[in-house]
Amino acid sequence: MPPAADRDAPARTAGRSRGTGAEARAPAAAFAGYAVLVFSALVFLYPFVIQVANAFKTEPDAAANPLSPIPDPVSTAGFERVFLDTGMPLWLGNSLLVTLVVTAGRVFLDSLAGYALARLRFRGRRALFSAIVAVMAVPGVVLFIPKFLVLNQLGVYDSYPALVVPVIADAAGVFIMKQFFESIPVSVEEAARIDGAGVFRTFWSVVLPMARPALITLTIISFQGTWNEFPHTLVAVQDPSLFTLPRGLADLVSGSLGAGTRYPLKLSAAVLATIPVAVVFAVFQRYFVRGANEGAEKG
Amino acid sequence: MAGTAIRTGRRSRRRTSASRENVAGWLFVAPVVAILGLFLLLPILMALWVSLTDWNGQGSPFRTGVPFVGLDNYTGLFVRDDLSRRNFMISIRNTFSYVVIVVPAQTVLALGLALAVHRRTLRGRGFFRTAFYFPSVTSSVAISVLFLFIFSDSGAVTELLAIFGVEGPQWFSDSRGLLHLLLSALGLADVDAPPPVLTGGGAFGLSWWEWLSGPSVAMCTIIVLAVWTTSGTFMLMFLAALQDIPVALEEASMLDGASRRQRLWYVTLPMLKPTLFLVLTLGLIATWQVFDQVYVMSQGGPAKTTLTPAYLSYRTAFRDFDYGSGAAISFVLFLLIVLLAALQRWVMRDRDAVGDLRRPRPRRS
Repeated sequence: MPPAADRDAPARTAGRSRGTGAEARAPAAAFAGYAVLVFSALVFLYPFVIQVANAFKTEPDAAANPLSPIPDPVSTAGFERVFLDTGMPLWLGNSLLVTLVVTAGRVFLDSLAGYALARLRFRGRRALFSAIVAVMAVPGVVLFIPKFLVLNQLGVYDSYPALVVPVIADAAGVFIMKQFFESIPVSVEEAARIDGAGVFRTFWSVVLPMARPALITLTIISFQGTWNEFPHTLVAVQDPSLFTLPRGLADLVSGSLGAGTRYPLKLSAAVLATIPVAVVFAVFQRYFVRGANEGAEKG
Repeated sequence: MAGTAIRTGRRSRRRTSASRENVAGWLFVAPVVAILGLFLLLPILMALWVSLTDWNGQGSPFRTGVPFVGLDNYTGLFVRDDLSRRNFMISIRNTFSYVVIVVPAQTVLALGLALAVHRRTLRGRGFFRTAFYFPSVTSSVAISVLFLFIFSDSGAVTELLAIFGVEGPQWFSDSRGLLHLLLSALGLADVDAPPPVLTGGGAFGLSWWEWLSGPSVAMCTIIVLAVWTTSGTFMLMFLAALQDIPVALEEASMLDGASRRQRLWYVTLPMLKPTLFLVLTLGLIATWQVFDQVYVMSQGGPAKTTLTPAYLSYRTAFRDFDYGSGAAISFVLFLLIVLLAALQRWVMRDRDAVGDLRRPRPRRS
């Protein structure tokens, strides 16, 4: 609390009523502020309540009381049917496999390239960095046909490599890692080099351990991005046994099973697609925030 | 003599270490360069070639037998009076009305949320920030499925409206344009018998009346979804910028007797200007690419009112097997996005100069 005299002086000149913050305002105004925030939070979160609640409802209950947060009676039929009637077990497995491989690959390859661009003086470094910044600006949706063409030409269309390899490195990740490596003092590496460590050794056992926060950020956003990835799977595979969860879910909604309403089933599938990211988000929230802001700087 | 020997020795050592760094540098970036080159740059060039042909997906597009048609696929989108031009222009119209609503709405909402959450005295800041950001990190497909349910005929929105005695529309099968509905509500035009002035003339194969439809009721569901899922991300950008405003500046303006509103208008907002334009740019670029939601929720319907260039490009290539035309659509979209980014940057630089002149003098009262 600042001294009262300090706060009174400007208040008098400006005419009363406006203080330094919520505490100086009338309780009614503060209450209204909270009410608006709580209402907004409800608008942002209640759809997820609806999602989970209706996944546990019976079909007639979901149709009759879509707004109600309490399933009556509680039914797990939606989840049972989604595992028995659809390719869900397979989609989950594929999603897990693809996400793990792509995330590991991205973290490793992006840090390698980010380190080289930040520290190693090699010919063409500047031009390469400009090229990578330019590549980040290429909108993903214009790549549908191009990606399909190259996968087709290479003969890997409709295979696991088609799901993984084209997305195993990304320009934005390289950019994040480069920014981070530039913020680490050079002296540590120089000491390692003088001790005779090679370039890779210095990178692997000296620099990388110091880059933990950036590595976690990159891991989180790669995990989230790959787990949610949809358009790439659309042009990379068509065999249902290669579907990832978002692709399978999209197929479920627009395909033959989507003919009826069957909302509890569809919503249980959507819940399953949401849970892993929700858990990671809850645990590593601050890294998400960092990722979002680093992403902003590149623009 | 000894000095020269040492110098050459040092130079050669430096040269070997430099060349070693050269090799190491390229080895380090090689995987990323290979992947981005092979799956980004090369494919774009391949698609550029395909957009000049009539390839139908059979065999390789680089065989000699593939018919080369020059710029035909592009002129088809703008000049020739046929279905492909009509579809393309409808998709441009739909997306334009989508962008014009989503970008301002998400920017204003994100800014409002950020200002509300930023207050130092606020209790539960972390909770509110999490709540607003959470929709941004979840799967677009899962969210689309959820919105299909929420806006379905027996869904939550219909039930909610019924509580207030309003009978909601059948969201996903309603192709009426909002602007048309507004005009007829004001008694300025009749949807069933539009004024001949507007139906008579037109541009690019659509009548003025069709151009002026505004987003359809079905498109509104996608608009709501987009605003709801993107505001959180942009809120975080505004929050980061708010945290960068020096506290001293705020305190100085308080000492000068600036009211809350004056501080917001003359201190906070000018400081946020770069972020504001960044958010607008990113919003514009992202909204023109809308695809996932259209694929899952509406597949372009009803009556083509949710067709977007990205979805049309996909459909033309992979459903109609007209790869040339599909690729041409995606290159036009590409060009549009590049132009938008360039335009916004230019506007941004211009405005910043003006902002800098005003910024040091927040005292206005």
